[in-house]
Parts: sequence; C-alpha cells; structure tokens
Amino acid sequence: MHLILPLLLSAVLFALGVYGVLARRNAVAVLMAVELMLNAGNLNFVAFSAAYRDLTGQLFALFVVVIAAAEVGVGLAIVLLIFRNRDSIAVDTLRALADRDPPEAAGDTG
Amino acid sequence: MTGSSLAGEAVLPTLIVALPFLAAVVGLLFGRRLPGGPAAPALLGTAAATVLAGALLLHTRAGTVVDQVGTLTPTGGIRITVGTRVDPLAAITAAMVCLVAVLVQLYSTGYLRGDPGYCAYAAQVSLFTAAMLTVVLAADLIVLLVGWEVMGLCSYLLIGHYREQPSAGAAAVKAFLTTRVGDVGFLFGIFTLGAAAGSFRISDVLSRPLPHTAVVAGTLLLTCGVLGKSAQFPLHVWLPDAMAGPTPISALIHAATMVAAGVYVVARLFPLFLASPLTLDVLAAVAAVTMLLGALAALAQDDLKRVLAYSTISQLAYMIGGLAVGGYAPGLFHLLTHAAYKALLFLGAGAVIRAVGTNLMSEMGGLRRVLPLTFAVTTIGLASLAGLPPFAGFFSKDAVLGAAQARGGLAGWLVLGAGLVTALLTGAYATRMWLRTFFGPHSGPHSGPAVRQDPPASMRVPLLILAVPATLLGFLALSARFSRWLGAGLDLRGPRAVGDALRPEWGIALAATTLAVIGLGVVVTLWRRDPVRDPVAVLASGPRRALEHAFYLDELYAAALVRPVLRLARTVLRVDEDGIDAVVDGSGQAARTLGGGVRLLQNGNVQRYATGLFAGVLVLALAAAVLA
Repeated sequence: MHLILPLLLSAVLFALGVYGVLARRNAVAVLMAVELMLNAGNLNFVAFSAAYRDLTGQLFALFVVVIAAAEVGVGLAIVLLIFRNRDSIAVDTLRALADRDPPEAAGDTG
Repeated sequence: MTGSSLAGEAVLPTLIVALPFLAAVVGLLFGRRLPGGPAAPALLGTAAATVLAGALLLHTRAGTVVDQVGTLTPTGGIRITVGTRVDPLAAITAAMVCLVAVLVQLYSTGYLRGDPGYCAYAAQVSLFTAAMLTVVLAADLIVLLVGWEVMGLCSYLLIGHYREQPSAGAAAVKAFLTTRVGDVGFLFGIFTLGAAAGSFRISDVLSRPLPHTAVVAGTLLLTCGVLGKSAQFPLHVWLPDAMAGPTPISALIHAATMVAAGVYVVARLFPLFLASPLTLDVLAAVAAVTMLLGALAALAQDDLKRVLAYSTISQLAYMIGGLAVGGYAPGLFHLLTHAAYKALLFLGAGAVIRAVGTNLMSEMGGLRRVLPLTFAVTTIGLASLAGLPPFAGFFSKDAVLGAAQARGGLAGWLVLGAGLVTALLTGAYATRMWLRTFFGPHSGPHSGPAVRQDPPASMRVPLLILAVPATLLGFLALSARFSRWLGAGLDLRGPRAVGDALRPEWGIALAATTLAVIGLGVVVTLWRRDPVRDPVAVLASGPRRALEHAFYLDELYAAALVRPVLRLARTVLRVDEDGIDAVVDGSGQAARTLGGGVRLLQNGNVQRYATGLFAGVLVLALAAAVLA
C-alpha cells in the first residue's frame, strides 16, 4: 500500500479536527474534534512505522491513545462542571476572562 | 560718626526691640492661660520697652551715633550685620513709638473688651510695635527691611481683625498689595545702595563715597517704598480703607507705626537724599499733590475715621514735604507732634464710635454734652491738627513751611504754596468734623450698642496722657537746644540743608494761622445758617461727590489696574483649565482609545484565540516552506 493514502486520510482528519476546534460551539464536539486531531497524528505514526519497519512509531501511538483517554476524562469532567454551573456548554458564551471596563468605574480612570 | 565700641551700649536698644517681640510670642502661646489674661504680657512688655526707650532718650546726646553690630553667620557676597544704631532721631522716634503703643494697648483692653479675637490681637499689636522698633533701631538695611516687611504682615492681620466683615478682608488685602507695590522698589533700592557701598550697614552706606547714579537710583527706588508705606500719592489708596480695622489699630498705624516708617527711612538716610536733588524734587512734588488731595478728600467724608485717614495722608505729606525741602528737623518734629495729636484724635474717635455705635457723622451731633471728656480731648487734637496756636501742630507745621520758604526755588514754593492752601483746608475740615460730631442736634437712629457716656478708665487714661503732648510738645520748638539736638548728628551741610531750625517764622506762621482761621470761619458761618446740613453741601453735587470719592482714584485704579489684572487672571485660569489641562487629559484619553483597539482582541472567546494561534502557525509554516 502506498504511503500517500494513510497520509491523505490523516490530513483530512486533522483538518476536520481543526475546523471542529475552531468553529463548533458545543464543548463536547470540541473535545471530539481534539480527538480527531490526535488520532490523525496516530495514523501518521502507524503509517510511518509500517513504512520504515520500525516499532517505535507504534509504541508512540499507544502512548497517545492512553494520554488521549486521560485528556478526554479530564475534559469531560470540566464540561460537566461548566454545565452544572452555567446550564450551557456553548464555548462562545464562556467569556469570563474577557478584558472589559469594570461596570461601576467605567471611564473615570486615566 | 561711630561712638564707642562698648558692647553694653547695644543692650538697651536690643532690649527695646526684644521686649515687645517677647510679649507677642508669650501672648500668642500662653495668653489665655496667664493669670492676667492676654493683656498682661502685651501691657508689661510694651510698658517696659517704653521705660527703656525713655532711658535711651535721656542718654542720647546730640550728635552721637552709637552703632553696634555683629555678624551672625558669614554669608557670601555682601556681609549682613545685625545690630542697633542709636542717634537722637532713633531715640526720640523709638520713645514715641513705645509711648503710643503702650497707650493703644491700654486703650484696647477697654475698647475690645469681650472680643473673642483679643488674644491674637494683643499679640499682633506687640509684634507690630517690635517690627516698627526694628525699623527704627536697625543698624543694617537688611534688618530694617525685615522689620519693614513684618509691619506689612501685621497691618494686614490687624486691618482684617473683624474677619466676619467682607470689607475688612478686602481692606486688608488692599493695604497689603498696595504697600507691596512700593516695597518691590524699596527692596531694589536697598540692593542698589548696598551693592554700591559694598555693605548694607547704614553707617557704611552713609559714609562711603557712592557713585552719584547709584545714589539717585537707590533713593528713587527707596522712594517707591516710602510712598507705599507712608500712604503718599499715588499709593495712598489703602489708608482710608484700612479704617475697617479696630479704631485703636488706626491710631497705631497712623501715629506710631507703619505710615511713620516711610518718613523715618527718609530721615534715616537723609544725607543720601540730600545728595540726590532729583529725588528731593520728586518727593516735594508728590508731597504737594498729596497734601492737597488728602485735605480736599477729608473735607467731604461722612465717615469720622475716613476724615482722619485723609487728614493723615495730608499731614504725612507735610512731613515728606518738609524733608524734601531739606528741613530735616522740621519734618521729624512734625512726625512727632502728628503722632501725638493723631493718636489722640483716633482714640477720641474710638470713644465716640463706641458711644454712638456708628462711624457716620450724619448720625452723630450734639455729643458734647454726653461725652464731655471726649469732646475736650478731641477739641485739643483738632486744634493741633488745624495748626492753631499754641497747640503742637502749630509749631511743627510752621517749621515745615518755614523750611520750605527758606529753601526757595520751585520745590520750596511748591511745598509752601500747597502747604498754605492745605492749612486753610485743614482748618475747614477739622471744624466741620468738630461741629458735625459734637454740636447741633443729634440726628440718626438710636441703634447699635450705644453707651452714650464717656469711656471707662482704661480708655480715658490714654486720652488724657496724649492730650498733654498734643498741647505742649510744640513748645520744644522754642528751645534752640532741642532743635540742635534733633538736627545734629547727621551732616546737614549739603546744598539743600536749610531751615533746620524749629523756631517759627512769624510771617509764615501768621499767614498759615490766618488761613486756618479763615477755613474755620467759613465752615462755622455755613454751619450757623443750618446746623443740620453738612457745611460741605454748599458745593455743587458734582465736585462734592468727586471729593467724597477722593477724585475717583479708587475707581480709576479699579478700571485701569484691578479689573485688567483680574481679567488676565481669569484668562490664565481658562487657558490652564481648557488648554493645558485638556492636553494632559487628552493624552490619557488618547492612550485609552488606542489601548481599546488592542483590548478588543482579548474578548474571552477561546476559539478566537485558537484561530489566531492556528493562523500564526500556518504563516510560520508557510514562511519556513517558502524560505527554506
């Protein structure tokens, strides 16, 4: 099998993941998009491992799977807490860190 | 010139200055807690100084100058010394200042009884006295300047004593600012003379040969200060307004301190003024204008104290005029007699005002029966003011006029002519004041804190004491020994030192007295026709109002100086607020606006951040690919 096919698939998956992270409003969907990007990377590891007959790449793919599982666990816990607090998991509504004028002292500090 | 160098001889004059100063400090700090109240230190300090000044007077012999100085700290440039300089002029002036001050202090204990500000008042009067004595006894021009300026401060505080009246505050500021205008010249005059002589010590300035230009410039600059302090035209406008202060203060300012200081400085540096004919001519011209202006304005005032204020201006012009024609002793002698009778008149006016509760003569009249003692002493004072023989003013005024006649020339005739016309006017306004206050029917409301009887003993005693010199001081003029004593000690052999004898010139005396009597007679005749009407009402209303407003000089100054300066100040304020402040505020606002653009980026949307991050990575990757 030619190497170009798994690499193309991986690129498509990664692009999907980037789109999902940047554009989706649902926090769970954003997490899923992150998974897509991780697994696009995994696919590259495995493809190059097979092409160069070197097991190191497959070893790294296993590491990534484990870390991705842990990451999803933490991420879903955060999403759950946000939902409990805010009744919403729309990413673009979570703007507590924006730089705004303090409401009462707006404009009188030079 | 300089006397012996015994250090002990400086102790007496130093104590004379220090005692009132000490009284001021003690009175201000502990006045309320002392057993005798705030009056005790003020009275004791001034009285002790008076006794010492009397001793000093008796010890000062003709022609001696005891000059004691020491250097406190060596400074760069011209050395400044601290010390005292006693000659007959200083001794007799110091005695006069102390005597008037102690009487004013005594009088004030009665006049300001129950006044909440009395404690500070008594201390300020003591400080005022100490400052004047510093001017009188200082051996160094810089020390003299210190006393001069402290006096300016004290006059400001005391004129503004009735703080709750807005007019008092305005008068205090006016007095301070007007004299300040002259003081700038005074300061530079001292610098000019000190720099030319290489020393600020008066004996050095007088004895070292100075370049003629320095003498002319220095004395002309000093004249500015003299005109301000001694209330001469065109800087006389503060004195009538200074009547807003308590009446004893008017007595102090008009008789002993403040206005006497200007005349005194001219006398102190008299050899320099003699060496500068230009300055003397300026002084003579100013004196001639001022004496007429003051006397004319005094003629139409309704406020008792303002009559006296304008008469002071006019009488000070006599002194300046006397000095300007080279009459050293006559000018000084008039200073002394004027101090006596003007203090008497003001303290008498205070008794009248206390009794009727108003300053306005149109609300007085017929007071000679209710206030017999006040009537008697005021009559003495007014007779002395009008120059009727044998009262003190007669001798001193005629000595001045005699000096002017002996001097001759344009300046001499100017002073003599103005002096004679002023004698007529003085007779008229003194009579008008006398008649309007003490004779005729009582008119006006019976309102205010009227007491309608002669004042208590604390106020009566000063009146009686002052009546003595106001009556008898003039006879000193007949003593040739006295005029030699007063006039000697300074080299008066300059080109204009003429007529320094005090003995009256009988021709002049007769003329001046006749004129005064004519003035008196005219006013009495007018008054007899209608005792209720103001004798000056015979004038048309236009000229009368001009006299009442002292020829609208206040209005002129307000239009020409005060209002433009205020407008300028407001413009400066507007430029500051709308211009400079706007730039400062604007720079802050601009930084905020610019910063606002950057703030938009940090909007809290994590996905935007990530987009930016991704775009950045993309650009870097592309750049790496293209450039590699």
